Amino acid sequence: MAEHHVTPIRTYVYVFLALLVGTGLTVLAAEFDFGLFNNFIAMAIAITKALLVLYFFMELRQSTRMTALTAAAGFFWLVLMIGLFLMDYGTRMAVVLPVPGK
Amino acid sequence: MDIAPVTSTAETAETAFERPNYLNAAYGWKSWLLTLDHKRIAILYLISVTAFFALGGIFAGLVRLELLTPEGDLMGPDTYNRVFTMHGIIMVFFFLIPAIPAVLGNFLVPLMVGAKDLAMPRLNLASWYVYNLGGLFTLWSIVHGGVDTGWTFYTPFSTSYSNTYVISTALGIFITGFSTIFTALNFIITIHRMRAPGLSWFRLPLFIWSTYATSLIIMLGTPVIAITILLVGLERGFHIGIFDPKLGGDPVLFEHMFWFYSHPAVYIMILPAMGVVSELVGHFARKKVFGYRVVAFASVAIAVLGFLVWGHHLFVAGESVYSATVFSVLSMLVAVPSAVKVFNWTATLYEGSISYQTPILYALGFIGLFTIGGLTGVMVATLGIDPHVHDTYFIVAHFHYVMVGGTIMAYLGGLHYWWPKMTGRLYSVFFSKLSALLIFVGFNLTFFPQFILGYLGMPRRYWSYPPEFQVLNVLSTAGATVLGVGYLLPICYFAWSLKYGAKSGNNPWGAVSLEWDTTSPPPTENFYTTPVVTHGPYEYVREDVHNRLTQEANFE
Amino acid sequence: MNSTPLVAGHAHGDGHRHPAHQFETMEQQKETSTLGMWLFLVTEIMFFGGLFTAYVIYRNMYPAAFAAASSTLNVPLGAANTAVLICSSLTMALAIRSAQVNQRKKIVLFLLLTMVLGTAFLVVKGFEYHDKFVESHIPGDKFKPFNFVLENEHEASVAYAADPLYQRHAEIFFSLYFIMTAIHATHMIIGIAILAVLAFYSRRGKFDSGYYNPLEMTGLYWHFVDIVWIFLFPLLYLLGAHTK
Repeated sequence: MAEHHVTPIRTYVYVFLALLVGTGLTVLAAEFDFGLFNNFIAMAIAITKALLVLYFFMELRQSTRMTALTAAAGFFWLVLMIGLFLMDYGTRMAVVLPVPGK
Repeated sequence: MDIAPVTSTAETAETAFERPNYLNAAYGWKSWLLTLDHKRIAILYLISVTAFFALGGIFAGLVRLELLTPEGDLMGPDTYNRVFTMHGIIMVFFFLIPAIPAVLGNFLVPLMVGAKDLAMPRLNLASWYVYNLGGLFTLWSIVHGGVDTGWTFYTPFSTSYSNTYVISTALGIFITGFSTIFTALNFIITIHRMRAPGLSWFRLPLFIWSTYATSLIIMLGTPVIAITILLVGLERGFHIGIFDPKLGGDPVLFEHMFWFYSHPAVYIMILPAMGVVSELVGHFARKKVFGYRVVAFASVAIAVLGFLVWGHHLFVAGESVYSATVFSVLSMLVAVPSAVKVFNWTATLYEGSISYQTPILYALGFIGLFTIGGLTGVMVATLGIDPHVHDTYFIVAHFHYVMVGGTIMAYLGGLHYWWPKMTGRLYSVFFSKLSALLIFVGFNLTFFPQFILGYLGMPRRYWSYPPEFQVLNVLSTAGATVLGVGYLLPICYFAWSLKYGAKSGNNPWGAVSLEWDTTSPPPTENFYTTPVVTHGPYEYVREDVHNRLTQEANFE
Repeated sequence: MNSTPLVAGHAHGDGHRHPAHQFETMEQQKETSTLGMWLFLVTEIMFFGGLFTAYVIYRNMYPAAFAAASSTLNVPLGAANTAVLICSSLTMALAIRSAQVNQRKKIVLFLLLTMVLGTAFLVVKGFEYHDKFVESHIPGDKFKPFNFVLENEHEASVAYAADPLYQRHAEIFFSLYFIMTAIHATHMIIGIAILAVLAFYSRRGKFDSGYYNPLEMTGLYWHFVDIVWIFLFPLLYLLGAHTK
């Protein structure tokens, strides 16, 4: 009754190894200070790992469009929440009031 | 004088009523408390939400009683804080959010999509128990003096200074949130996967579209209030300082997180109500709802846009002016799909063959009152106005117009419309129309003066006020009394109808949507044979329109 | 009709299964419950998401304090735990695959392995919590002054480090650390419990290529909990690594 084909063990193992490599990479990258890029690199690695898990382990590549849309909507909503929160916090400038007479 | 029941071809109202249906399928409390039938669960919810509504109403009565006189003479300020807080918490979390989805939605969704039940009946029953468990925690808090933080739980008062049972109340709300999530999940997968043959998305009743959009909001928003209220409890219990400035935290972060859910929550309250109104307008004007697709898409648009506007609750809280501007513009944008719906309902009523029964009276009341509430919403979304009216009775009036003049009117309209479907009984026409009138008059008398009070500067959540505001407050309390009587009457005549009401027959309204294609009350499996749908839900054939069109055609 | 709470539908002697009464086909039942599980995961994204949002805001506000606090966490342990969880996702995926190819014994084996790995994760977490307790880094009334000053000149100045508010900012990091990892751990415990039930039913032969939906849904849940950790690890453990 399995309407989708069975993923070979090899595929799972390769994904597993890729995830381990990713973990090692992120630990390694953290040792260096890339300034503004620190966050970007860490998140890029994490997002790639998450996509691997979603796509292969959670079988998104064999799922219906509805399922993929649901997963995407969930993550998008989180990004929306963080983004709009930052819109407030990021635009609050420290105001230095002029001292009269100076 | 009751409506002469219109029955289906072969049988009388009596025989229709005597058929095996979901009400007489089994007797005994176990058959109700352990039921998996969505219709019985809807009735269970009806009992629960009515009980909470009554409790919330008592608190409202106490508020209005105190505000009859300028001095704080009925109760002390701390008590007053608890009274209005519990009124808000009970009404928002235990009545307005669940009522239409859990009562009308649970009953109608499978019927309207032509299914035998919801996708997960056990989850459905679990949701009712979880709702009551949350309610129990909240009731425990009330018995021990309630909470005095306002239903908004602003920090650091709620986390560090309040001397009331914040944690148990927060726990009650946390638990009840799961109840709505279970219901919403059930609705989404049922609507997606269990529609009858031939029932495409654009043949669905607009109530289903609204319920679907509401369920999307619930899934995406409720978890955020859950984590927020959990953090409040943790901070209060362990002094960890996420929201307390003395401990390095940010109270504005709490407001952001709280309103990220609580604003979409108001769309959870209004969207199902709009769905009910779409049904009532279509069926009582005996016309296709004007611009069906636009109304359907407007529901989804409201759901999505509703998530992008919460910052308008923080205009005076320290939000950056740039952020405030963005939220202000988006808040005005979200009014557009709501307005579109109002235009479409009006266009549906135009040249409709309207039969002024009780349900349509509620729908007409909704359209007028929601419009006022919605327009004042656009007013307070305006950055120039809000700082003056924030935390005044203007805001109180605004949200009561949409929540009471809107949601509760629609809920009652829906109950009156589908009561024969749910119980197979008819209620007294006279008393139902009287109630509708009392509610409409009482409501306006209660809340319109509050617009004026707020504009004149009377703050909200104060237990005393300057003497020049007394006249308007007295009017408001008088209105609340009339409103209370209006709400009590349906409880009486609905209960009376269960034993003494005339049998309604299968389709007393002569409506053409799918839920009326089965008996009233329906059998446990909803339909005797799986329906095959070949047309939309508002396909009325009207003699007058048909004749006119034929005449016009003959002229050519 | 005889459905158990976990395993809907029932099998007849000839192995032919019927869906629960509200469904028409097994296919419809499977697709509906899978969509339901994904929807539930969406709520989980937003639930954890609230915590991630709070983290982002505070990290932006107090980068130095957060980096300093983060560097008191044990990176090798955290990395090892990450590897353990990734391994458990592999065994979970293999358990489902075993059902798809009708290898009953392998289903049980891989489910048990997943449980063992999950438990190992929790044990390591327990040791980490203990360390924090010993160092008095648990937020609340018992939080001890935090004397760690960063070496890296880009970070906290000495004046800031002496400010008592710096302690509060560091305490917020630990609050978020404990709440996020504790809620994550709670999800793991629930997952392990469900796996135990599934292992029990697998041994009885409930699952095969014709019906393995509960395994699939639990797998989705388990992988999701893994994804949460994939984000938690760099955000919590690796903030201050380059400053040591």
